[in-house]
Amino acid sequence: MTTLQPARSLSRAKVSSSHEPSRAELLEYYLIHHEDLARCTYASLEWLARYAGTKRSMCLVADHDAGVLMGVAGHGVPSEAVDLFTWPLSDERDPLVAALAAPAPVVIQPGRVDGQVGKATPATPLGAGPFTAIPLRGVNAAEQNAVGLLLLRPGAASSGDISWLATVLGQKIDQIRGRGSLAEEVRQLRRERALLFTIVNSVTDPILLTDTEGRLILANARAEKLFAATEEESEGRRRAVELNNMLFSAALSRTAVEGQSEARELLLVDPSEGSDLLFEVLSSTVEDPREGTGIVSVLRNITDLRRATEQIEENYQRLRMLEATARAERDRLNLIIDSVADPIIVTDPVGETVLMNAPAEDLFTVPGDAPDTAERNVQSNDAHFSSFISGLLLGETGPGEIRRGEIGLANPMSSEPIPVEAIAGKVQSESGELTAVVTILHDRREALERAHLYEQLKLGSEELQARVQAATAELATQNELLRRQAIELEQASRLKSQFLANMSHEFRTPLNAILGYTHMLLQGVAGDVLPAVKRQLQRIDSNGRHLLTIINEILDITRIEAGKMPIQVTDFDANEIVPEVMAELEAVISRSKLTVTPTLAPDPPFVRGDRQKVKQIVVNLLSNALKFTHQGGVDICVSAEPGTQMVSISVSDTGIGIAPEHHERIFEDFRQVDDSPSRQYGGTGLGLAISRRLATAMGGRITLHSNLGQGSIFTLAIPMEAPQ
Amino acid sequence: MTAEQAPLILVVDDYEDAREMYAEYLRFCGFRVAEARNGNEALEHAFALNPSLILMDLSLPGMDGWEATRQLKADDRTRHIPVVALTGHALAGASEGAKKAGCDSFVTKPCLPDDLVVEVRRMLNLSETEPPLKTDH
Repeated sequence: MTTLQPARSLSRAKVSSSHEPSRAELLEYYLIHHEDLARCTYASLEWLARYAGTKRSMCLVADHDAGVLMGVAGHGVPSEAVDLFTWPLSDERDPLVAALAAPAPVVIQPGRVDGQVGKATPATPLGAGPFTAIPLRGVNAAEQNAVGLLLLRPGAASSGDISWLATVLGQKIDQIRGRGSLAEEVRQLRRERALLFTIVNSVTDPILLTDTEGRLILANARAEKLFAATEEESEGRRRAVELNNMLFSAALSRTAVEGQSEARELLLVDPSEGSDLLFEVLSSTVEDPREGTGIVSVLRNITDLRRATEQIEENYQRLRMLEATARAERDRLNLIIDSVADPIIVTDPVGETVLMNAPAEDLFTVPGDAPDTAERNVQSNDAHFSSFISGLLLGETGPGEIRRGEIGLANPMSSEPIPVEAIAGKVQSESGELTAVVTILHDRREALERAHLYEQLKLGSEELQARVQAATAELATQNELLRRQAIELEQASRLKSQFLANMSHEFRTPLNAILGYTHMLLQGVAGDVLPAVKRQLQRIDSNGRHLLTIINEILDITRIEAGKMPIQVTDFDANEIVPEVMAELEAVISRSKLTVTPTLAPDPPFVRGDRQKVKQIVVNLLSNALKFTHQGGVDICVSAEPGTQMVSISVSDTGIGIAPEHHERIFEDFRQVDDSPSRQYGGTGLGLAISRRLATAMGGRITLHSNLGQGSIFTLAIPMEAPQ
Repeated sequence: MTAEQAPLILVVDDYEDAREMYAEYLRFCGFRVAEARNGNEALEHAFALNPSLILMDLSLPGMDGWEATRQLKADDRTRHIPVVALTGHALAGASEGAKKAGCDSFVTKPCLPDDLVVEVRRMLNLSETEPPLKTDH
């Protein structure tokens, strides 16, 4: 069984950590105590590596029975390569075979060998390049052929140590061979080794044997991939191997410290792919009396297992979540269904109730302590509902359609009838199979009540509308009537004005002749008249003039109403008006036997207004004063009032006076204080109405201070400067 | 003072009572008087008699007073003759229309013969006491 081709790192660690006894003693120890050829040669190569610095070496032993050179030990080369190395002895010209007979070490150039002998020589496990072959001589040094060869690299190395070792080792091999059939032993050994290797290497799990210090003793092919790398291999791979060694050592030391032999997990790196590999490490301690205590570790790759486990775990979690979601959905659905005020019933395809919400339970279940009527009502409700559902189930509706219907139910407790609208829909599976029927019952009482109210409202509304229409039509008629009346009124008013204007003209023409001829008679145009005739003629004249005044007043009011009263504004002295008015009314004044006292303003008070109209107003006021005063006198006073920019002409009398309640009335058309047919005073009653309107038209006004039996003061105020 | 010296007044009015009344009183006051019943007659007499003044009633049958006045004032022979309009229409615009037609003065009926004579004298620039022909009664 070959030994021990430790990984470079472990090998180095071994060198550095060992103390150094006398090299001769050590070699002697190996050679004396090892009776086994393989151990012997291996120990020698180790010694050489340590003390002579050989990096790669190999020991071959000649088996003359088989006619071959066999590899028995190696250092720095793969152990199986050593084990499997055989070389035929038949060709004496072969450099290796020739080296056996050489008296001293021979340097062999593999390439040159080929070139010289023309024979294919497979490279030794030492690799390409020259190496040194040292013949190992037996006890009888004179014997022609050596017992074996020591192959060393680099080729040139040669020292006293090496030749000394070659001598000692040669004699030892010869001694061991002398004790028995070397060939047999070696062959047996080789078979066992080969078998063991095959077995161990065929195990897909990495297997390692370490000593108690953690030093690697044996590793199978799979383990070497993880833990061994030669210098030729890539940097990345070597680093990965180094990392793996550290991780493995740490894991082992933990096992040693904690004294546990159970499985632990170890995460390593795949040196060739760089991916993570998860291993389960099973370590067990083996006791060997010769080799001492070792630790066998089997690494089981559980990367896939772990992945699968994680997958399963993940799936499980997902399942749990889905389940939770489904539960939440269901809870929520239940909540929703229960919170719907309308009864909801879910029935299966044969009509059995599967689920109902609380409002539905009120209709279709009987409380424990309910009276018999409740039982009957529930049965009746059931029957009505079942007949509705069976109608749906009998296929009266197509898939996806909704069936609506009205059902007369009753409140189980109060027996109050509850008309409901049932809305049912089929629930179908993906394959189209009927799985359930969901029915919602909607209480129609409110809707019916609403419909009833709506009907009443509609009736009321229609009635109202009819009334409004009738009223509107009536209004339109009235409006039309009013419009016509307004037109007629306007026409009538116009006609009246026109008529009055015409009449005025028609009155004037004969009156003109009456007054004219009377005047001429009084003038004596036709000769002298008797005093009695003259008096009578004066009565005709007086009455004719009165008639003319009346006609003029009617014409004035007509003109004012028609807005056709011309106002001719001039500036004039208000003082001038008074004597003119008194002259005009002289006949009346003298007849009345009253004293008329004029008081004029000290400075001529100029006013802007229609002189003729102002005079007309004052004449009216004075004639009124004379008419309603029986004794005493009348004062006419003109005064300027700079504060208000007005000039006032006031007429005061000591007459009958006017009660305050009649102060407005006397300014109205055709009005006197006494309107009766048997009134005492004549006149049209238009005088003051016309005066006030004329005053207003000129921007002035007429005011009255009077009381019954205390006389009256009428004051005309006109602006000093009339508005434009 | 001869009749030729007294001013001739042409009184135009279709209403006979009024026309004759004014004519009589004017004669009574010493004027010479001619009479016309409508516009056409007024124009004929005006051209033929060359009166000192024309008293023109405005509302006349046929050619009315406004038109007659316009024609009189449009003619060189009669333009200088003052025309005093007489009307029973007291509505606004009557006097304006008369002025526009060319009337020199405007008198509203009823007008006492005495007042009319005052206006005639004023238009002829005669004093009240200067009668064209004073007759004492």
